Amino acid sequence: MTLFSRACRRALLLALLAAPPVTLAASHVVAAAPARTQNVAIKMFAFTPQVITVPPGTTVTWTNADEDPHTVTANDKSFHSAAMDEDDTYSFTFTRPGEYAYFCSLHPHMTGKVIVKG
Amino acid sequence: MDDHDILNPRLDRRGMLMRCAGWAGTAALYTVSGGIVSSMGLDAALAARPRTGGPRPFTFLQISDTHIGFDKAANPDARGTAIRAVERIRALAIKPDLILHTGDITHLSKDEQFDDAKQILSDLGAPIFFVPGEHDFLDEGQGKAYLAHHGQGTLGSGWQSFDHDGVHFVGLNNVAALKPGGMAHLGDDQLAWLAKDLAPLSASTPIVVFGHIPLWTVYEAWGWGTDDSAQALALLARFGSVTVLNGHIHQILSKVEGNVTFHSARSTAYPQPAPGAAPSPGPLKVPAEQLPSMLGIRTAAFVRGNAPIALIEQTLA
Repeated sequence: MTLFSRACRRALLLALLAAPPVTLAASHVVAAAPARTQNVAIKMFAFTPQVITVPPGTTVTWTNADEDPHTVTANDKSFHSAAMDEDDTYSFTFTRPGEYAYFCSLHPHMTGKVIVKG
Repeated sequence: MDDHDILNPRLDRRGMLMRCAGWAGTAALYTVSGGIVSSMGLDAALAARPRTGGPRPFTFLQISDTHIGFDKAANPDARGTAIRAVERIRALAIKPDLILHTGDITHLSKDEQFDDAKQILSDLGAPIFFVPGEHDFLDEGQGKAYLAHHGQGTLGSGWQSFDHDGVHFVGLNNVAALKPGGMAHLGDDQLAWLAKDLAPLSASTPIVVFGHIPLWTVYEAWGWGTDDSAQALALLARFGSVTVLNGHIHQILSKVEGNVTFHSARSTAYPQPAPGAAPSPGPLKVPAEQLPSMLGIRTAAFVRGNAPIALIEQTLA
Protein backbone atom coordinates (compact mmCIF):
# COMPACT_ATOMS: atom_id res chain seq x y z
CA MET A 1 0.00 0.00 0.00
CA THR A 2 1.38 3.38 -0.91
CA LEU A 3 1.62 6.25 1.48
CA PHE A 4 -0.90 8.08 -0.63
CA SER A 5 -3.58 5.45 -0.42
CA ARG A 6 -2.98 4.91 3.29
CA ALA A 7 -3.45 8.64 3.83
CA CYS A 8 -6.61 8.52 1.71
CA ARG A 9 -8.04 5.68 3.74
CA ARG A 10 -7.27 7.45 6.98
CA ALA A 11 -8.94 10.63 5.72
CA LEU A 12 -11.99 8.69 4.60
CA LEU A 13 -12.22 6.91 7.90
CA LEU A 14 -11.93 10.17 9.82
CA ALA A 15 -14.60 11.72 7.63
CA LEU A 16 -16.94 8.81 8.26
CA LEU A 17 -16.34 8.91 11.97
CA ALA A 18 -16.79 12.66 12.10
CA ALA A 19 -19.91 12.80 9.92
CA PRO A 20 -22.93 13.62 12.07
CA PRO A 21 -25.79 11.13 11.62
CA VAL A 22 -28.17 13.91 10.48
CA THR A 23 -26.08 14.54 7.40
CA LEU A 24 -26.20 10.90 6.47
CA ALA A 25 -29.94 10.73 7.06
CA ALA A 26 -30.49 13.78 4.89
CA SER A 27 -28.62 12.17 2.04
CA HIS A 28 -30.53 8.89 2.55
CA VAL A 29 -27.37 6.96 3.12
CA VAL A 30 -27.82 4.26 5.71
CA ALA A 31 -24.87 4.54 8.01
CA ALA A 32 -23.49 1.41 9.52
CA ALA A 33 -22.11 2.00 12.96
CA PRO A 34 -18.34 1.92 12.78
CA ALA A 35 -17.42 -1.72 12.93
CA ARG A 36 -15.96 -2.50 16.32
CA THR A 37 -13.75 -5.46 16.80
CA GLN A 38 -12.12 -7.08 19.77
CA ASN A 39 -9.59 -9.87 19.78
CA VAL A 40 -9.24 -12.60 22.37
CA ALA A 41 -6.24 -14.90 22.36
CA ILE A 42 -6.49 -18.56 23.26
CA LYS A 43 -3.06 -19.28 24.60
CA MET A 44 -1.62 -21.72 27.10
CA PHE A 45 -5.07 -23.12 27.84
CA ALA A 46 -6.54 -19.72 28.75
CA PHE A 47 -8.71 -17.01 27.15
CA THR A 48 -6.84 -13.67 27.25
CA PRO A 49 -8.31 -11.28 28.22
CA GLN A 50 -10.58 -13.58 30.18
CA VAL A 51 -13.30 -10.93 30.58
CA ILE A 52 -13.98 -8.24 27.99
CA THR A 53 -16.54 -5.42 28.02
CA VAL A 54 -17.68 -4.23 24.59
CA PRO A 55 -20.46 -2.10 23.09
CA PRO A 56 -23.30 -3.79 21.18
CA GLY A 57 -22.37 -4.58 17.60
CA THR A 58 -18.85 -5.64 18.46
CA THR A 59 -17.40 -8.57 16.60
CA VAL A 60 -15.17 -10.63 18.85
CA THR A 61 -12.53 -12.77 17.19
CA TRP A 62 -10.81 -15.59 19.02
CA THR A 63 -7.51 -16.97 17.71
CA ASN A 64 -6.06 -20.24 18.95
CA ALA A 65 -2.31 -19.99 19.49
CA ASP A 66 -2.03 -23.44 21.13
CA GLU A 67 -1.00 -26.67 19.44
CA ASP A 68 -3.99 -28.24 21.15
CA PRO A 69 -7.44 -27.64 19.68
CA HIS A 70 -9.93 -25.56 21.65
CA THR A 71 -13.51 -24.36 21.25
CA VAL A 72 -15.44 -21.24 22.16
CA THR A 73 -18.78 -22.49 23.48
CA ALA A 74 -21.41 -20.32 25.19
CA ASN A 75 -22.50 -21.80 28.53
CA ASP A 76 -26.10 -21.54 27.27
CA LYS A 77 -25.01 -22.84 23.82
CA SER A 78 -26.29 -19.65 22.12
CA PHE A 79 -23.05 -19.52 20.10
CA HIS A 80 -20.24 -21.96 19.59
CA SER A 81 -17.25 -22.49 17.37
CA ALA A 82 -16.15 -25.69 15.76
CA ALA A 83 -12.96 -27.18 17.19
CA MET A 84 -10.21 -24.69 16.39
CA ASP A 85 -6.82 -26.07 15.55
CA GLU A 86 -3.66 -23.99 15.92
CA ASP A 87 -4.04 -20.53 14.27
CA ASP A 88 -7.75 -21.08 13.54
CA THR A 89 -10.08 -18.18 14.32
CA TYR A 90 -13.73 -17.84 15.24
CA SER A 91 -15.77 -14.63 15.22
CA PHE A 92 -19.13 -13.78 16.70
CA THR A 93 -20.95 -10.42 16.67
CA PHE A 94 -22.67 -9.47 19.91
CA THR A 95 -25.71 -7.29 19.15
CA ARG A 96 -27.62 -7.36 22.44
CA PRO A 97 -26.46 -6.11 25.83
CA GLY A 98 -25.89 -8.81 28.38
CA GLU A 99 -23.28 -11.10 29.91
CA TYR A 100 -22.17 -14.03 27.81
CA ALA A 101 -20.23 -16.67 29.71
CA TYR A 102 -18.37 -19.18 27.59
CA PHE A 103 -15.89 -22.04 27.95
CA CYS A 104 -13.82 -24.51 25.96
CA SER A 105 -15.94 -27.64 25.61
CA LEU A 106 -12.78 -29.75 25.32
CA HIS A 107 -11.05 -28.27 28.37
CA PRO A 108 -13.95 -26.99 30.46
CA HIS A 109 -11.71 -25.46 33.12
CA MET A 110 -11.00 -22.78 30.48
CA THR A 111 -13.68 -20.11 30.91
CA GLY A 112 -14.25 -16.55 29.71
CA LYS A 113 -16.90 -13.86 29.55
CA VAL A 114 -18.08 -11.18 27.14
CA ILE A 115 -19.97 -8.31 28.75
CA VAL A 116 -21.96 -6.31 26.19
CA LYS A 117 -22.88 -2.84 27.46
CA GLY A 118 -24.38 0.07 25.53
CA MET B 1 12.95 -63.48 48.55
CA ASP B 2 12.37 -65.64 45.56
CA ASP B 3 10.77 -64.99 42.23
CA HIS B 4 7.48 -66.28 43.49
CA ASP B 5 7.05 -63.29 45.76
CA ILE B 6 5.23 -61.60 42.93
CA LEU B 7 2.47 -64.07 43.64
CA ASN B 8 2.38 -63.32 47.35
CA PRO B 9 -1.16 -62.19 48.17
CA ARG B 10 0.03 -60.43 51.33
CA LEU B 11 2.03 -57.72 49.61
CA ASP B 12 1.89 -54.54 51.63
CA ARG B 13 0.90 -51.18 50.19
CA ARG B 14 4.51 -50.08 49.78
CA GLY B 15 5.18 -53.22 47.85
CA MET B 16 2.18 -52.60 45.71
CA LEU B 17 3.27 -49.03 45.01
CA MET B 18 6.74 -50.10 44.03
CA ARG B 19 5.40 -52.80 41.83
CA CYS B 20 3.10 -50.35 40.16
CA ALA B 21 5.79 -47.77 39.67
CA GLY B 22 6.77 -49.44 36.43
CA TRP B 23 10.16 -49.51 34.85
CA ALA B 24 10.92 -48.21 31.44
CA GLY B 25 13.17 -50.01 29.06
CA THR B 26 12.81 -53.75 29.05
CA ALA B 27 10.12 -56.13 30.11
CA ALA B 28 10.83 -56.70 33.76
CA LEU B 29 8.66 -56.75 36.81
CA TYR B 30 9.76 -55.01 39.96
CA THR B 31 8.55 -56.36 43.23
CA VAL B 32 9.27 -55.38 46.77
CA SER B 33 8.96 -57.47 49.85
CA GLY B 34 10.48 -56.63 53.21
CA GLY B 35 12.14 -53.58 51.67
CA ILE B 36 14.19 -55.62 49.22
CA VAL B 37 13.69 -54.88 45.56
CA SER B 38 13.97 -57.68 43.07
CA SER B 39 13.06 -58.00 39.46
CA MET B 40 11.99 -60.92 37.36
CA GLY B 41 11.16 -61.50 33.76
CA LEU B 42 7.55 -61.31 32.76
CA ASP B 43 7.67 -64.83 31.38
CA ALA B 44 8.96 -66.13 34.72
CA ALA B 45 6.14 -64.36 36.51
CA LEU B 46 3.57 -65.87 34.22
CA ALA B 47 5.10 -69.32 34.37
CA ALA B 48 5.11 -69.28 38.17
CA ARG B 49 2.27 -71.25 39.65
CA PRO B 50 -0.14 -69.35 41.85
CA ARG B 51 0.04 -70.51 45.47
CA THR B 52 -3.70 -70.78 45.64
CA GLY B 53 -6.19 -71.24 42.82
CA GLY B 54 -7.74 -68.37 40.90
CA PRO B 55 -7.81 -67.41 37.26
CA ARG B 56 -4.89 -68.31 35.03
CA PRO B 57 -2.29 -65.59 34.60
CA PHE B 58 -2.62 -63.52 31.46
CA THR B 59 -1.44 -60.20 30.10
CA PHE B 60 -3.23 -57.40 28.35
CA LEU B 61 -1.84 -54.28 26.77
CA GLN B 62 -2.63 -50.58 27.10
CA ILE B 63 -1.94 -48.12 24.32
CA SER B 64 -3.05 -44.51 24.60
CA ASP B 65 -3.17 -41.09 23.02
CA THR B 66 -2.05 -42.02 19.53
CA HIS B 67 -3.32 -38.63 18.26
CA ILE B 68 -3.36 -39.73 14.64
CA GLY B 69 -3.30 -36.51 12.61
CA PHE B 70 -0.98 -34.61 14.98
CA ASP B 71 1.97 -33.18 13.07
CA LYS B 72 3.13 -30.18 15.08
CA ALA B 73 6.51 -29.33 16.55
CA ALA B 74 6.25 -31.64 19.59
CA ASN B 75 6.18 -34.59 17.16
CA PRO B 76 5.85 -33.92 13.42
CA ASP B 77 5.40 -37.67 12.86
CA ALA B 78 2.87 -38.94 15.40
CA ARG B 79 1.71 -41.42 12.76
CA GLY B 80 5.22 -42.85 12.58
CA THR B 81 5.56 -43.21 16.36
CA ALA B 82 2.16 -44.93 16.51
CA ILE B 83 3.43 -47.39 13.91
CA ARG B 84 6.57 -47.96 16.00
CA ALA B 85 4.38 -48.69 19.03
CA VAL B 86 2.40 -51.20 16.98
CA GLU B 87 5.64 -52.86 15.88
CA ARG B 88 6.57 -53.21 19.56
CA ILE B 89 3.22 -54.85 20.25
CA ARG B 90 3.64 -57.30 17.39
CA ALA B 91 7.14 -58.15 18.67
CA LEU B 92 6.06 -58.94 22.24
CA ALA B 93 7.32 -62.36 23.33
CA ILE B 94 4.17 -62.91 25.36
CA LYS B 95 1.14 -62.04 23.31
CA PRO B 96 -1.46 -60.01 25.16
CA ASP B 97 -4.95 -61.52 25.37
CA LEU B 98 -6.49 -58.16 24.61
CA ILE B 99 -5.59 -54.51 24.04
CA LEU B 100 -7.15 -51.40 25.57
CA HIS B 101 -6.86 -48.03 23.82
CA THR B 102 -7.55 -45.34 26.39
CA GLY B 103 -8.55 -42.58 24.02
CA ASP B 104 -7.37 -39.71 21.85
CA ILE B 105 -7.12 -42.19 19.02
CA THR B 106 -7.25 -39.24 16.63
CA HIS B 107 -6.18 -35.63 17.02
CA LEU B 108 -9.20 -33.93 15.45
CA SER B 109 -11.99 -36.56 15.18
CA LYS B 110 -11.80 -36.56 11.38
CA ASP B 111 -13.12 -39.56 9.50
CA GLU B 112 -9.84 -39.99 7.67
CA GLN B 113 -7.97 -39.94 11.00
CA PHE B 114 -10.26 -42.63 12.46
CA ASP B 115 -9.76 -44.67 9.28
CA ASP B 116 -5.99 -44.24 9.39
CA ALA B 117 -5.87 -45.18 13.08
CA LYS B 118 -7.95 -48.28 12.38
CA GLN B 119 -5.53 -49.34 9.70
CA ILE B 120 -2.44 -48.69 11.86
CA LEU B 121 -3.99 -50.56 14.80
CA SER B 122 -4.98 -53.60 12.78
CA ASP B 123 -3.50 -57.12 12.84
CA LEU B 124 -2.33 -56.80 16.43
CA GLY B 125 -3.07 -60.44 17.18
CA ALA B 126 -5.57 -59.54 19.89
CA PRO B 127 -8.92 -57.79 20.07
CA ILE B 128 -8.72 -54.06 20.79
CA PHE B 129 -11.24 -52.12 22.87
CA PHE B 130 -11.55 -48.35 22.72
CA VAL B 131 -12.80 -45.52 24.89
CA PRO B 132 -12.89 -41.99 23.47
CA GLY B 133 -10.74 -39.04 24.48
CA GLU B 134 -11.88 -35.45 24.05
CA HIS B 135 -9.93 -35.32 20.77
CA ASP B 136 -12.21 -38.10 19.48
CA PHE B 137 -15.32 -36.15 20.47
CA LEU B 138 -14.70 -32.73 18.93
CA ASP B 139 -16.56 -33.15 15.64
CA GLU B 140 -19.68 -31.05 15.04
CA GLY B 141 -21.77 -34.07 15.99
CA GLN B 142 -19.95 -34.23 19.36
CA GLY B 143 -18.99 -37.87 19.19
CA LYS B 144 -21.01 -38.93 16.17
CA ALA B 145 -17.83 -39.69 14.22
CA TYR B 146 -16.33 -41.71 17.10
CA LEU B 147 -19.51 -43.72 17.60
CA ALA B 148 -19.75 -44.40 13.86
CA HIS B 149 -16.24 -45.88 13.97
CA HIS B 150 -16.09 -47.45 17.43
CA GLY B 151 -19.59 -47.40 18.87
CA GLN B 152 -20.57 -50.90 17.84
CA GLY B 153 -21.39 -53.02 20.88
CA THR B 154 -21.23 -50.05 23.26
CA LEU B 155 -23.96 -48.19 25.13
CA GLY B 156 -24.77 -44.49 25.55
CA SER B 157 -21.83 -42.36 24.48
CA GLY B 158 -19.55 -45.42 24.19
CA TRP B 159 -19.56 -47.24 27.55
CA GLN B 160 -18.97 -50.95 27.63
CA SER B 161 -18.07 -53.88 29.84
CA PHE B 162 -16.89 -57.41 29.20
CA ASP B 163 -15.40 -60.34 31.07
CA HIS B 164 -12.13 -62.05 30.34
CA ASP B 165 -10.92 -65.06 32.33
CA GLY B 166 -12.74 -64.01 35.47
CA VAL B 167 -11.72 -60.35 35.22
CA HIS B 168 -14.42 -57.75 34.62
CA PHE B 169 -13.38 -54.89 32.32
CA VAL B 170 -15.34 -51.63 32.26
CA GLY B 171 -14.74 -48.93 29.62
CA LEU B 172 -16.05 -45.48 30.54
CA ASN B 173 -16.48 -42.26 28.57
CA ASN B 174 -15.72 -39.16 30.64
CA VAL B 175 -15.30 -36.70 27.75
CA ALA B 176 -18.92 -36.20 26.62
CA ALA B 177 -21.04 -33.13 27.44
CA LEU B 178 -18.47 -31.45 29.68
CA LYS B 179 -19.69 -28.63 31.93
CA PRO B 180 -18.29 -25.07 32.06
CA GLY B 181 -15.68 -24.64 34.79
CA GLY B 182 -15.53 -28.35 35.48
CA MET B 183 -13.28 -31.27 34.69
CA ALA B 184 -14.10 -34.56 33.00
CA HIS B 185 -17.57 -35.93 33.63
CA LEU B 186 -19.28 -39.31 33.63
CA GLY B 187 -22.89 -38.16 33.99
CA ASP B 188 -25.88 -39.69 35.76
CA ASP B 189 -26.87 -42.03 32.92
CA GLN B 190 -23.46 -43.66 32.76
CA LEU B 191 -23.22 -43.91 36.57
CA ALA B 192 -26.66 -45.58 36.68
CA TRP B 193 -25.51 -48.03 34.04
CA LEU B 194 -22.28 -48.70 35.98
CA ALA B 195 -24.26 -49.46 39.16
CA LYS B 196 -26.37 -51.99 37.26
CA ASP B 197 -23.35 -53.44 35.49
CA LEU B 198 -21.44 -54.09 38.74
CA ALA B 199 -24.43 -55.22 40.81
CA PRO B 200 -24.37 -58.94 39.95
CA LEU B 201 -20.60 -59.34 40.48
CA SER B 202 -19.11 -60.89 43.59
CA ALA B 203 -16.73 -58.70 45.61
CA SER B 204 -13.86 -61.04 44.76
CA THR B 205 -14.13 -60.31 41.02
CA PRO B 206 -11.05 -58.38 39.87
CA ILE B 207 -12.15 -55.18 38.11
CA VAL B 208 -10.26 -53.22 35.48
CA VAL B 209 -11.74 -49.80 34.66
CA PHE B 210 -10.39 -47.95 31.64
CA GLY B 211 -11.18 -44.39 30.63
CA HIS B 212 -9.42 -41.42 29.06
CA ILE B 213 -9.16 -38.61 31.61
CA PRO B 214 -7.91 -39.65 35.08
CA LEU B 215 -10.63 -40.81 37.47
CA TRP B 216 -8.68 -39.32 40.34
CA THR B 217 -7.82 -35.65 40.62
CA VAL B 218 -4.27 -35.39 39.36
CA TYR B 219 -4.30 -31.59 38.94
CA GLU B 220 -7.51 -29.63 39.09
CA ALA B 221 -6.09 -26.38 37.67
CA TRP B 222 -5.42 -28.23 34.40
CA GLY B 223 -8.70 -30.12 34.48
CA TRP B 224 -6.88 -33.41 35.09
CA GLY B 225 -9.60 -35.19 36.99
CA THR B 226 -13.25 -36.23 36.79
CA ASP B 227 -15.98 -34.22 38.55
CA ASP B 228 -18.17 -37.14 39.53
CA SER B 229 -15.56 -39.89 39.87
CA ALA B 230 -16.32 -40.22 43.61
CA GLN B 231 -19.68 -41.73 42.68
CA ALA B 232 -18.03 -44.29 40.42
CA LEU B 233 -15.42 -45.13 43.06
CA ALA B 234 -18.17 -45.60 45.67
CA LEU B 235 -19.67 -48.27 43.42
CA LEU B 236 -16.24 -49.95 43.18
CA ALA B 237 -15.47 -49.77 46.91
CA ARG B 238 -16.75 -53.26 47.76
CA PHE B 239 -14.42 -55.02 45.31
CA GLY B 240 -11.14 -56.42 46.56
CA SER B 241 -9.06 -55.55 43.49
CA VAL B 242 -9.75 -52.55 41.29
CA THR B 243 -7.32 -51.22 38.70
CA VAL B 244 -8.12 -47.94 36.92
CA LEU B 245 -6.19 -47.20 33.73
CA ASN B 246 -6.28 -43.89 31.90
CA GLY B 247 -4.46 -41.77 29.34
CA HIS B 248 -4.87 -38.03 28.64
CA ILE B 249 -1.90 -36.71 30.60
CA HIS B 250 0.77 -38.44 28.46
CA GLN B 251 2.92 -39.57 31.37
CA ILE B 252 3.10 -42.33 33.93
CA LEU B 253 1.56 -41.53 37.27
CA SER B 254 0.20 -43.95 39.83
CA LYS B 255 -1.77 -43.74 43.01
CA VAL B 256 -3.13 -46.28 45.46
CA GLU B 257 -6.28 -45.48 47.38
CA GLY B 258 -7.55 -48.35 49.49
CA ASN B 259 -8.39 -51.23 47.18
CA VAL B 260 -8.05 -49.09 44.04
CA THR B 261 -4.87 -48.50 42.08
CA PHE B 262 -4.82 -45.73 39.46
CA HIS B 263 -2.35 -45.61 36.60
CA SER B 264 -2.01 -43.09 33.80
CA ALA B 265 -0.10 -44.11 30.69
CA ARG B 266 2.33 -42.61 28.22
CA SER B 267 1.18 -41.42 24.83
CA THR B 268 2.64 -42.71 21.58
CA ALA B 269 2.49 -39.16 20.13
CA TYR B 270 4.02 -36.53 22.44
CA PRO B 271 4.77 -35.92 26.12
CA GLN B 272 3.10 -33.35 28.35
CA PRO B 273 4.59 -31.49 31.33
CA ALA B 274 4.35 -32.92 34.83
CA PRO B 275 1.39 -31.46 36.75
CA GLY B 276 2.13 -27.82 37.54
CA ALA B 277 5.62 -27.99 36.04
CA ALA B 278 4.69 -25.57 33.22
CA PRO B 279 2.29 -22.64 32.85
CA SER B 280 -0.18 -24.92 31.03
CA PRO B 281 -0.67 -28.48 29.82
CA GLY B 282 -0.22 -29.28 26.13
CA PRO B 283 2.35 -30.80 23.80
CA LEU B 284 5.83 -30.62 25.35
CA LYS B 285 8.73 -30.04 22.99
CA VAL B 286 11.80 -32.05 23.89
CA PRO B 287 14.99 -32.68 21.89
CA ALA B 288 14.22 -35.10 19.04
CA GLU B 289 16.61 -37.75 20.38
CA GLN B 290 14.84 -37.66 23.73
CA LEU B 291 11.30 -38.01 22.37
CA PRO B 292 11.15 -41.83 21.96
CA SER B 293 12.06 -42.31 25.62
CA MET B 294 9.00 -40.28 26.60
CA LEU B 295 6.57 -42.27 24.46
CA GLY B 296 5.48 -45.81 25.09
CA ILE B 297 3.08 -48.65 25.66
CA ARG B 298 2.27 -50.71 28.73
CA THR B 299 1.77 -54.39 29.38
CA ALA B 300 -0.37 -55.35 32.36
CA ALA B 301 0.18 -58.79 33.84
CA PHE B 302 -2.58 -60.49 35.74
CA VAL B 303 -0.48 -62.93 37.70
CA ARG B 304 -3.11 -63.71 40.27
CA GLY B 305 -6.77 -62.94 40.45
CA ASN B 306 -6.79 -60.84 43.56
CA ALA B 307 -3.26 -59.47 43.56
CA PRO B 308 -2.66 -56.04 42.06
CA ILE B 309 -1.89 -56.02 38.37
CA ALA B 310 1.81 -55.80 37.57
CA LEU B 311 2.74 -53.23 34.92
CA ILE B 312 5.60 -53.32 32.49
CA GLU B 313 6.28 -49.99 30.85
CA GLN B 314 8.02 -50.04 27.49
CA THR B 315 9.25 -46.87 25.80
CA LEU B 316 9.76 -46.39 22.08
CA ALA B 317 13.46 -45.68 22.63
